[in-house]
Amino acid sequence: MLFSAEKLVQSALIVIFMLYNIGYFNRLFIQKKMSDYAIKVEDLTKQFNSVVAVDHISFTVDTGELFGLLGPNGAGKTTTINMLSTLLHATSGYGEVAGFNITKHRDHIRRSIGVVFQEPALDSKLTGKENLEFHAMMYGIAKEERRERIEQVLGLVELNDKANVLVEKYSGGMKRRLEIARGLIHRPKVLFLDEPTLGLDAQTRRNIWDYVKKLNKEAGVTIVLTTHYMEEADYLCDRVAIIDYGKFVAMDTPARLKDILGGDVVSMEIDGNADAFVSQIKTFTWIKKMNRHDETLSLTMEKGERRIPELIRSAQKIGVNVTSVHLRKPSLEDVFLYFTGRTIRGGEAGQNDRYRQTMRRRIHAR
Amino acid sequence: MINRTAVYVLWLREMKRFLRAKSRVIGALAMPLFFLAFLGMGFSRMKVPGLASDVNYIRFLVPGIIGMSILFSSTFAGLSVLWDREFGFLKEIMVAPVSRVSIVIGRIAGGATTTIIQALLILFISILVGFKIITVPLFLLAIVFMILIAVTFIGLGLIFASKMRDMQGFSIVMNFVIFPIFFLSGALYPLENFPSWLRYISHLDPLTYGVDGLRGALIGVSSLPIASDFIILLIFSSVMIALGAYFFEKSESV
Repeated sequence: MLFSAEKLVQSALIVIFMLYNIGYFNRLFIQKKMSDYAIKVEDLTKQFNSVVAVDHISFTVDTGELFGLLGPNGAGKTTTINMLSTLLHATSGYGEVAGFNITKHRDHIRRSIGVVFQEPALDSKLTGKENLEFHAMMYGIAKEERRERIEQVLGLVELNDKANVLVEKYSGGMKRRLEIARGLIHRPKVLFLDEPTLGLDAQTRRNIWDYVKKLNKEAGVTIVLTTHYMEEADYLCDRVAIIDYGKFVAMDTPARLKDILGGDVVSMEIDGNADAFVSQIKTFTWIKKMNRHDETLSLTMEKGERRIPELIRSAQKIGVNVTSVHLRKPSLEDVFLYFTGRTIRGGEAGQNDRYRQTMRRRIHAR
Repeated sequence: MINRTAVYVLWLREMKRFLRAKSRVIGALAMPLFFLAFLGMGFSRMKVPGLASDVNYIRFLVPGIIGMSILFSSTFAGLSVLWDREFGFLKEIMVAPVSRVSIVIGRIAGGATTTIIQALLILFISILVGFKIITVPLFLLAIVFMILIAVTFIGLGLIFASKMRDMQGFSIVMNFVIFPIFFLSGALYPLENFPSWLRYISHLDPLTYGVDGLRGALIGVSSLPIASDFIILLIFSSVMIALGAYFFEKSESV
């Protein structure tokens, strides 16, 4: 009896030791220490001279969440990221990233975050690998570890074969991937991605989306990304904040944001006694809105794809022919329109931005 | 506070960029060498007033041209923060968890090294065509002066860089700051020829002491005692670097 208890304690100790070694307890311990949210912002404001770029925004991002800031150019997305990543001082308000105060513990935040900037922030006269080495050394990663992690992140973004090529020879997509790889070397708790797929082709965009998703789900990195691509926010984000003129106009999951619009729109063209059909379907309580233009009906409802068969059945019952059916799911674009009264692409880049972009292109072209 | 790895990697980056930009190096060497060659040849037969009788003009000119080369390339090294800002790389540096002091020191180390390599190349070419250094200790003293001049003007470059948003102000700095500093320093002619009020102004110019110190170390002739050149330049460089670091830290990086 005594003997087996001893054995039990011994094996328990071994198990604990093994768990500790594989970092299991470490992770538990760290997670216990960390708060449930990765970012907490209250009334954050940034004013440039007379322009209020970010206007009293408040939000929290949970640990492990993929959070999106969606808005047109100049809405204040990048300014928000710059404040949270310690590149800009906030004019007023409170911010906390990875448990650290953005005004008091800037160095701690810098250690806990990775940032992929909107515009390339690579040294084009260095090779891809050298850029990563620069980063790893700035973050104080020791030599052996450095080599290992660089190999690892290069593999993740599939740039191993281009590692020793000067960055000036890279394509836009490769630069983006390199930057994402760089943002991961020091294993940040929170990763900021500012317009990660701006100006990339569809194929590359898709790949980057997949990396981002994988990263969030598998490595558990909290990700905050900004975008003005609706599909991107919709596809990637757990939660989206719509920002316009520096203010949050809405914040929720993409699905729930779209629900605000009342659901899908089913358009039906019918042939036969339209009046009879209308009075027939008026009894359906799940139809929220009905518009009729002669033979065309527009019906707003939730889960439109599940209701279409029922609609067709009831038409057939009274001898009405349905000649076409069209189902439209509301997009975030509609949500944006609903909240701001504008389409997102209405926002134009300022004169100065455009000038700088042309200059940059010219310099790069040389 | 000072992160040595960060200083080293910033220095290393500057070295790599320098070695890869051969055309830039050749371009940076060309102007001082042309100055040296054409001014030297053009004035060689002329009696330059204020010059000691045993010093010919070209010998007098070599330290001045070295001072000029350091002035231009170190100011440019300080201003190169603006290029990093323009190309976005500054953000990568600024978001890193290292003290801002380390970043400034890394920049200065990198800029000073490249600047001094260029200055030594000019000296080396001068030696090839007949310039003679006096003794090895004095040559080493000349290098100390080179470092002090470089550090002073990298600091100046950092100050300007923190006040400018882009490279558009560069020609203003060039024409209204760097050229006056250059001409006031007596790199090309003895300051004894200046009217006294202008000589007074030239004593506010750090490069005056740099060039004078270089002359003392390289050709054994200087208008001030070499020790006072050294001390004054040391003060100038410390003040400039402190101001440069202060302004760099204050400026927002995006």
